[in-house]
Amino acid sequence: MDTQILSWVVFIPLIGIPVLLLLPKERPQLVKWTALGVAAADFLVSLYLSANFDAANPGMQFSVAIPWIESFGIYYRLGLDGVSLFLVMLTTFLSMLAIYSTFSAINEKVKGFYISFLLLQTGMLGVFVALDVFLFYVFWEGMLIPMYFLIGIWGGPRKIYATIKFVLFTMFGSLLMLVAILALYFLNRSATGNYSFNLFDFYQLALPLNLQIWLFLAFALAFAIKVPMFPFHTWLPDAHVEAPTAGSVILAGVLLKMGTYGFLRFLFPLFPNATFQFIPFLAVLSIIGIIYGALMAMVQKDVKSLVAFSSVSHLGFVTLGLLAMNLQGWQGGMLQMLNHGVSTGALFLLVGMIYERRHTRLIDDFGGLTKVMPVFAVFFMIITLSSIGLPGTNGFVGEFLILVGTFRTNPVWAAFATTGVILSAVYMLWMFQRVMFGEVKNPANAGLSDLNWREKAVLVPLVVFVFWIGIYPNTFLKNMEGSLENLLNQVNRRETVLRTLPSQSWSEFMAGGGSSQAQTANLPANNVP
Amino acid sequence: MGFALLVMVLEPFLPERAKQINFYLTVLGLIAAAGASLWLWNHSGTNFGGMALSDNFAVFFRLVFLAGTFLVVLVSKNYLSAERFVNGEYYSLLLFSTLGMMFMAGTLDLMVIFLGLEVMSIPLYILAGFRKTDVRSNEAGMKYFLIGAFASSFFLYGIALLYGATGTTHLQEIYNQLPDLQGRGDFLIYAGAALLTVGFAFKVAAVPFHMWAPDVYEGAPTAVTAFMSAGPKAAGFAALLRVFALFLGDYKEAMEAVFWVLAVLTMTVGNVLALVQPNIKRMLAYSSIAHAGYILVAVVAGGPDGVSAALFYLLAYTVMNIGAFAVVLAVEAKESSNQIGDYRGLANRHPYLAAAMTIFMLSLIGIPPTAGFVGKLYIFSAAVSANQIPLVVIAVLNSLVSVYYYLGVVVAMYMHPSPASEKNQSFYTAPLLVVLILTVLGTLQLGIFPQALLQAASDSLVGLF
Repeated sequence: MDTQILSWVVFIPLIGIPVLLLLPKERPQLVKWTALGVAAADFLVSLYLSANFDAANPGMQFSVAIPWIESFGIYYRLGLDGVSLFLVMLTTFLSMLAIYSTFSAINEKVKGFYISFLLLQTGMLGVFVALDVFLFYVFWEGMLIPMYFLIGIWGGPRKIYATIKFVLFTMFGSLLMLVAILALYFLNRSATGNYSFNLFDFYQLALPLNLQIWLFLAFALAFAIKVPMFPFHTWLPDAHVEAPTAGSVILAGVLLKMGTYGFLRFLFPLFPNATFQFIPFLAVLSIIGIIYGALMAMVQKDVKSLVAFSSVSHLGFVTLGLLAMNLQGWQGGMLQMLNHGVSTGALFLLVGMIYERRHTRLIDDFGGLTKVMPVFAVFFMIITLSSIGLPGTNGFVGEFLILVGTFRTNPVWAAFATTGVILSAVYMLWMFQRVMFGEVKNPANAGLSDLNWREKAVLVPLVVFVFWIGIYPNTFLKNMEGSLENLLNQVNRRETVLRTLPSQSWSEFMAGGGSSQAQTANLPANNVP
Repeated sequence: MGFALLVMVLEPFLPERAKQINFYLTVLGLIAAAGASLWLWNHSGTNFGGMALSDNFAVFFRLVFLAGTFLVVLVSKNYLSAERFVNGEYYSLLLFSTLGMMFMAGTLDLMVIFLGLEVMSIPLYILAGFRKTDVRSNEAGMKYFLIGAFASSFFLYGIALLYGATGTTHLQEIYNQLPDLQGRGDFLIYAGAALLTVGFAFKVAAVPFHMWAPDVYEGAPTAVTAFMSAGPKAAGFAALLRVFALFLGDYKEAMEAVFWVLAVLTMTVGNVLALVQPNIKRMLAYSSIAHAGYILVAVVAGGPDGVSAALFYLLAYTVMNIGAFAVVLAVEAKESSNQIGDYRGLANRHPYLAAAMTIFMLSLIGIPPTAGFVGKLYIFSAAVSANQIPLVVIAVLNSLVSVYYYLGVVVAMYMHPSPASEKNQSFYTAPLLVVLILTVLGTLQLGIFPQALLQAASDSLVGLF
């Protein structure tokens, strides 16, 4: 089982689909429990994965490589390191909770919903463990379609607009990335004579700066749209507001991390010189994202779009931490990815729970909910504080590390970014105050029932993680440290080696690629699984 | 090969009255022909004084044509009985047309290509106007005939000019003479090649020679439209690839520029106009123009990679497009409408039909893991390796445009409520079901495990380069 365990993690949700198809349509409860069972099984297998993960090994573990399309040298190649481990765990964990949370919300086309959801889960998991760039792209694109259905069929009133916008934005970036992937493939082929889409072969490629810049831009655009970085964020509020609760949870919790993961795994190590050229530019965009997202969140009337804009702000922190290009920044960025998954996922769940009761999400419609729903209030408070980054909660550790890392690189950026922390306290607490405190003005709110046992069961695990990461982050940091250091060295060493490369045009490189082989030989090869 | 053709020609004439037998005989004939073609794989040879030849390239295309015709014959069965056509001549016309396509793929002689072109086209003119009482169908037949004749004359004149320059219509001999003609007969070669290009461009509906396609696609009986969108297009490309990608090496740069412009125009116009079509047959007509544009990208890329990419794409396109038309036929039979608006709520009424259509639409967009994705990837990679990166970027942006209208169908099927809530499951007839299953499986097979057919596509070039 060990050799194919990653394949199991990725494809268990897919195996669940035919099972769901065979179940009778007339018994939606059975369908729901089966879907939950599939997600839980996947989570258990991924737990096995983390239990057997060797923190001392910075390279790829549980690797699989099977020839797939020989004509192109494409392999079915999976592997897991400290970076992907947590994202895989986050995916299986959140998917399971999200499915559990939908038991009361989804009553139409039940089978279709869970089929799309499980398909989406396979796509996301595949993105995080694929080490063949072609395979990565297949998962990256393939996961669009189930999300498209989730928003488009089970979404809110403007669902069609939102879902088409989501698809078009994402496809725009990823299609240009496809061209860049093909370009890399041919550059690699002319340099080494090998037909390969292996990411680690691409890591060894010595590309002159001018070529790197073009490829960098294509990849960066795809990832920046996904993150989303300002100014490519406009699809996000629409998609979040219209998506059903579980869709929002996954969208915020996992999908956005695919962009930041892409930065770490693909963008920086593949194009180190171009990366260093663009760091100031991207950092400024991140800071704009942090502040702009926070300001926009402040003025939203709808709780869900407030959370959506807060995502833009939080993801700005993540990208800023990654752009610091030092270990603290990266650890903070990674941790903040998990934190955002947990906190924002929980926020969307909470908003969904209240929406199911009142069928509105407008801040003005609420007020005084603490009195009516005390348990809900406790959960909401904890998550709000974690989102703000109160010490003792997960948000604090992540933001702190990011700010430390950024300060080491550029104190001015850190100063601007810190305003984001303050602003997040403003918009979150202000929202909390208006929704939860005061008198119950609206009679419709007076009779609301508090959380039931199922909703509590969904929220408790998230709260556990809020405190676990907040109080003892070392569990997480020590597992990711080796892999992050490894990647960081990769980026830095390559940057110094490649800096001296003369610029070459595309056709020059394709014609005389063999000559740059002398350069490739100097590069560290320690990352090959 | 001779045997296969003989079977095909004789078949339709045997039974005069027995209506059902016609259908089965046609199917049988197609399978026999496919078997015979398959047997010829890796057995190259020429016949009839070099007029006919069989190499892997020809075999690959024959199999694509036969597969396309086979699928169309299957979907036609119900369609014919629903429309109360006399079906004997319908099948024989389809077979004749297929025969013409096979001529086109399996020769090195321009005259035989022309002959094939006519044998392929004339039955199509009749088929397009097959619904005698329908004005639109008549218009389609007439329009197709006039423009087709026009294109043929261009083509013929091109052959005449090349013959004038070289004294032969055999491509290999023309090719051998090209170096000697440098400077002396250049003009005739250029003019001849240009006229041939125009002829081909009409046949594959490349912009700006595409005007006939939407009207003809819309007006022709739907089964015929399905047929036209796959086989004849593939045949046009088969001959085009033979003539240009393989034999005009010395004039590569000039031709490349011409095809570059054609490709960009065809993709862009096709995709942009498809955006605004409310009728699904018309939308698919423009989409088929756009796909011809993608294949032209492969032609521009040229070389072994470009040609085998075009081959693979034509196969993938045949499978997914006929699949899409099979769904259109099924919906038309049930709802007697081709408006995309009438696909609203199809997912509720016929969930499996809608799911199949979704797979075809995703494949036409080129989303993994489908046939369309691998096909596009192959074309784009051929073009990138030929240093045609700007062209690839244009093609990619065109794919983005196409997302909107293909997903429009999916949006209608899944995301709009059904106008009427009648629920009728009982129209999956056996042949239609077979076609849907085959095309869905084919689309996924080519998308997930394409290795065997990718290999076949590149093996088809044995002896050509």
